[in-house]
Amino acid sequence: MADVGSGGEGGGHGRHQKKRAKKLPTRIDMTPMVDLGFLLLTFFIMTTTFSKPKVIELTPPSKEKPPKPPELQDSLALTVILSANDKVYYYMGVIDTSLIPDSNKIQLTNFSDKGGIRDIVIKHNSFVRNQIAALDAQHANKQIADTTYARKKGNIQGDKMALFVIIKTDSAAKYSNVVNMLDEMDITQCDKYALIDAKEIEILKMKQYNQLHNVK
Amino acid sequence: MPKIKLPRSSPSIDMTPMVDLAFLLVTFFILTTKFRPDEAVKVTIPFSVSSTKLPENVTTIDIDSNGRVFIDMDVKEVRAQIFQSMADKYKSVAPGIGGNEVARFAVCGPFGAPMAKMKEYLDDDDDARKDFNKASPGIPHDTTKPGGNELADWIHYAYANVIQDYNQKVSSGLKGIEQPRFAIKADGRTKYKDIKTVVDICQKQNIQHFELITSLKAKPQ
Repeated sequence: MADVGSGGEGGGHGRHQKKRAKKLPTRIDMTPMVDLGFLLLTFFIMTTTFSKPKVIELTPPSKEKPPKPPELQDSLALTVILSANDKVYYYMGVIDTSLIPDSNKIQLTNFSDKGGIRDIVIKHNSFVRNQIAALDAQHANKQIADTTYARKKGNIQGDKMALFVIIKTDSAAKYSNVVNMLDEMDITQCDKYALIDAKEIEILKMKQYNQLHNVK
Repeated sequence: MPKIKLPRSSPSIDMTPMVDLAFLLVTFFILTTKFRPDEAVKVTIPFSVSSTKLPENVTTIDIDSNGRVFIDMDVKEVRAQIFQSMADKYKSVAPGIGGNEVARFAVCGPFGAPMAKMKEYLDDDDDARKDFNKASPGIPHDTTKPGGNELADWIHYAYANVIQDYNQKVSSGLKGIEQPRFAIKADGRTKYKDIKTVVDICQKQNIQHFELITSLKAKPQ
């Protein structure tokens, strides 16, 4: 293999060896070194992880000075309640405090790519998404600078006509559900959201929904 | 037609360039590899589309699927200071913690032992610590259970010391030091209320900003 020389010329000069040492080119068998080299290479290739872990930034609402809930039109406030088994309940506007089944406007969805909570958010956030799409097109055609783009995008996302998503969790919700929901906010370019606990009435309404629709 | 005679010799190739390349690659990998640090608990982090990188200088709070809490800090000197403060405060439940334990704590990696068992944990060797971590209830943070809220004190001293360390480094003119942050590395299956309990404790200690550690997944179109 990596045998470089040493063969071939070995036989011919045996007779003269005593008289004078013929100068052989100093050649070493490199096979073991190469083997070791490749072994190390394989080891490092296998163990190296290039990607550092990624993070989602989270700034929960302050405990001491809880921010005032914004006054919102019903069509701009989407409440999402995360529950066990990756279930996602949601409703628009303010919840009715009575427990009359007919007034229950809570609906059920999930995290699937089609027809899940993402589509619901997109449907209600068309105001922001249309404007951002137009802005993206301008940016892609190099009509506006990067900084202008970032500023305008921030303005649109923070606009008072933008959808406000209130993300709530019940006691059975899992951490991955919350991360998924924060992800959906990122994917749907929704920047206005808050993360809080579900209220008693909402838990009751969810139970009522489950009874009405035979959800387990 | 005469036959073309192929010379009968063993085909020997000059392998020098290949070997050179192999060793170049080995060198590259040796220099770039950063081994994954020891994990005290097995945590399967959830996926997200966020592409923000984990900053340097973080204090990580690990929460496993059963809600057990472990803490990890980077800076050695700070670790020693934090542990000294904790040892002073918990003198009554954790007697006999001395310089030896403090020195061991500074390099022990993520930990999740209640203060009462800390001395035992630190005096153990690596294998015993692994077994300990498997059975450990984590850092106590439930005020209704015995052990009280040690997590709050850990966070309190950690916050005070990392901020002090950061300010010192900045004022002494060191460049490129990132602001200290708190990261939460939790298992996807953990109940969110367990995470919330930890977040609430941190908020009471004046930490208002968290990094949730996730691994990258592709963004849907």
